[in-house]
Amino acid sequence: MYMNKSIEELHELLKSGEVTSKELIEESLKLSHEIEEKYNAFVTILDDAKEIPITDNLLSGIPCGIKDNYSTKGILSTGSSNTLKDYIPFFDATAYSKLKEAGAVMVNKTAMDEFGMGGTGTTCHTGIVLNPWDKTRMCAGSSAGSACAVAAGVYPYATGTDTGDSIRKPAAYCGIVGYKPTYGMISRYGVFPFASSLDHLGVLTRSVKDAAIVVDNMKGIDKNDMTSWDSSNIHLYDSLDGNVKGKKLCYIKEICDINEYDNPSNELKEHFNNFFKVLDKAKELGIEVEEVSINRTLLNALASVYVVISCAEATSNMSNLTGIIFGPRSEGFNNWIDMVKDYRTKGFSSLIKRRFVIGSYVLQSENQDRYFRNAQRVRRLLVDAWKDLFKTYDGVILPVSSGPAKKFDGDTDMLTKETVTLEEHLQIGNFGGFPSITIPDGFIDGLPVGLNITGNCYDDENVLNIAYALESAMDYKNQIAKEAE
Amino acid sequence: MGYKLMVGLEMHCEISETNTKVFSGAKNSYSVTPNENIRAIDMAFPGILPVVNKEAVKMALQASMVLNCKQPEYMYFERKNYYYPDLPKGFQLTQETKPIPVGIYGYVDYECNGEVKRVRVNNIHLEEDAASSDHLYDTTVIDYNRAGVPLLELVTEPDISSAEEAVAFLEHMKTVYQYLGISEADSKKGQIRCDVNVSIIDETLDMEDPSNWGTKVEIKNVNSFGGVRDAINYEYKRQVSAKENGTYDTEIIQQTRRWDEESGTTIGMRSKADAIDYKYFVEPNIPKFKLTKEWLDEIRTSIPELAYDRKQRYMNEYDLSEYDSNILVKEKKVSDFFDDTVKLGTNPKEACNWVNGMILSYLNTNLITIDEIYMTPDMLHDLIKLIDDKTISSKQAKDVFTKCLEEKKEPMSIVKDEGMMQITDESSIEAIVDEVLSEQAEAIKTYDPENPKALDFFIGQVMKKTRGKANPSIAYKMMKEKLDNMTK
Repeated sequence: MYMNKSIEELHELLKSGEVTSKELIEESLKLSHEIEEKYNAFVTILDDAKEIPITDNLLSGIPCGIKDNYSTKGILSTGSSNTLKDYIPFFDATAYSKLKEAGAVMVNKTAMDEFGMGGTGTTCHTGIVLNPWDKTRMCAGSSAGSACAVAAGVYPYATGTDTGDSIRKPAAYCGIVGYKPTYGMISRYGVFPFASSLDHLGVLTRSVKDAAIVVDNMKGIDKNDMTSWDSSNIHLYDSLDGNVKGKKLCYIKEICDINEYDNPSNELKEHFNNFFKVLDKAKELGIEVEEVSINRTLLNALASVYVVISCAEATSNMSNLTGIIFGPRSEGFNNWIDMVKDYRTKGFSSLIKRRFVIGSYVLQSENQDRYFRNAQRVRRLLVDAWKDLFKTYDGVILPVSSGPAKKFDGDTDMLTKETVTLEEHLQIGNFGGFPSITIPDGFIDGLPVGLNITGNCYDDENVLNIAYALESAMDYKNQIAKEAE
Repeated sequence: MGYKLMVGLEMHCEISETNTKVFSGAKNSYSVTPNENIRAIDMAFPGILPVVNKEAVKMALQASMVLNCKQPEYMYFERKNYYYPDLPKGFQLTQETKPIPVGIYGYVDYECNGEVKRVRVNNIHLEEDAASSDHLYDTTVIDYNRAGVPLLELVTEPDISSAEEAVAFLEHMKTVYQYLGISEADSKKGQIRCDVNVSIIDETLDMEDPSNWGTKVEIKNVNSFGGVRDAINYEYKRQVSAKENGTYDTEIIQQTRRWDEESGTTIGMRSKADAIDYKYFVEPNIPKFKLTKEWLDEIRTSIPELAYDRKQRYMNEYDLSEYDSNILVKEKKVSDFFDDTVKLGTNPKEACNWVNGMILSYLNTNLITIDEIYMTPDMLHDLIKLIDDKTISSKQAKDVFTKCLEEKKEPMSIVKDEGMMQITDESSIEAIVDEVLSEQAEAIKTYDPENPKALDFFIGQVMKKTRGKANPSIAYKMMKEKLDNMTK
């Protein structure tokens, strides 16, 4: 068994000839089939994946998973939607072609909430993705298949996308690392859009170091993406030294103080207790940790701002899905309007359709100022509040979600009012384009929970190094989901 | 009671002179082969992103400056969301008036029947064109060549008061775009398309007061200047007769109509109540970018000499008439041809006579443009020089011109091959004259210097000997001198 190892370890083994790329691919493919059987994590398993000559690049010859909203030339790319169930792109997403250049070997395309528009892993056209720690629970989403597969030890990493928390929440629910760098550090070209101003690419791994290695190979300015920027002076892997003495972190009282909650569950109490224990460890490492306060009204607006902006952009972004140029064209209609209506009515899940209705509503000329433009104004206020914090602190550290992975029963896409900010605060990382990383920080009833560190734009090296130091002070690095083992 | 016409125009002109499309790396080139110039973005495949073509922005800003508009501090693009099969993304990237597009609140002065008119410009913006659809008998086919081609939309205030003025304004703008070198502005290639807003106002009322204005009717997609003229005239009559019949309030509603070329009428499409809500919002994939003063200054100084300035130069420096100057500058390519010929040293008046005369009439007869003929400024220069040197006569020059275009041969070689070279060398002519005189001793005796026709016989002999190549005026002058001396 090799696939439970880290990228550095695998690279050493490949270099020394102790194992071949071919053997790794075979093992990863075998695991892919087992995990698909158990948890439904993939859209496509690439049984004909070919070995790659080993170079000095740490990723060369090592298997990986690619989220199914990445365009992969000549290979089915569905975004886990019926509207694109047979779509085979004729070009690669820039991030994927960069990984290919590095020698990465894609062995499967991972399932996701349809077009990234969901946080449960239950809206994939191939079915529900199950959590490898407990099959009765969700992985969260939208990068559900990627989180499941990495946690289950199919390979050391899989790519993800993150519009609200789609990398960082599944990572927490699956006990692994999820990292999205600063907006524009990785080109979005060729990745199916959800909400362009919030969309980020990133990676799910079992360690901070692996995340640094993978993103080093995905990032770079791209002439096809005007929002990408030159990050050639940023070296994530090389800058991990674990030296965090004198660094400053803050957490937000309105989110982390148990007294802010009327009837806190035991689970929530445990989650916070655990979080504060980790903060003590951070202090032992020489990090200063302070409590800060953010206007409650502003925090309460967070989730609505996300819904309004993401739905508005999504409804426009997905207007290209008509079934006329690509996708299974609806036949038997004598006018294009009925043809497009039929395709969209049958193709999209009800969750997406609900979001399209919201998106259209908030963009209508009579509503636009009240909803869409106000949401943009509040987004600016929230980002400014966080930027203010970054004048003093290297990062904001917060627990992810209100506990471990949720059960499938109940209306999972609805938010309970009490914990809404706790559940949704990761979205601020998308509002501001901030580098943001989730790492596992413990267990509640045998299920993993995570914490998140978010820092200022372009300060990825610093954020990752703090996460790296904290990870080293805990025991959850490189863990494989118990049930999967 | 009379009614005045109020017309506002929305003139769309494709920018044809960039290498690539406005947000796509595909070639920006007119092609009759469908779907030849396309990339993934032009068909909106999932994951594509727009990349702004800086050259197109520069050209749009040049136009904005020529229209005396205000330029924005930051450049944005917006999505205009609607579904139509010729719009693959489901939205068009364009610019609305807020934030400011490439130009806002300017004016244009143009001439109509020798009178200078001014029309205010509400705004000019840069956007992408849609694909083109061909509606066949029972199916529609879409050609994506045009999808993403840069398009400038110019929106005027309703300052135009006749169909004639509207056409004069459009002709003016067409030359502006051609002189700026940003578009061929060729209606035949569908590069110019107009929407026309027409309303009428009681001529006794104050036009400055918008509450007096009549109901505005918008006529969409008028694709030729003739169509614009006819549509305005038709719509004026329709609205006036509704006033006269007392049906104005019920019949003339604020709506969008379509110009039907075949029937020569406008047909209602949709009323204001059915207007589409385009849900505009700023394109998030294009970061707003600052237009620096340096760049704007650089663009301003790069604006070439426009038609009006050229006309002034022709009149002041070359002493050409206003009439001739106007003809020369009407098409930039014609004016360029003229300028290039003059640069080679040709006398401007002679060059003008040839361009405005023989060349333009040849183009009009054959329905072609000046870059489609074989003759170049170099050849015209040679041709005129052959006349000036008296190598050929003006009459011969016209034959050479026709042969040049039809046989695709250079004037110099035609003249050589056809043996058209005139004998202009005085000593050669003198030898022949002397020869004739020595042979015609009898005829000399009857020569009467007072009779102008008496010379014709002797000149005829010279021409016979030279097969018509002797320069007639030299031969005439020399013969007369010699005969006059002999008979003194």
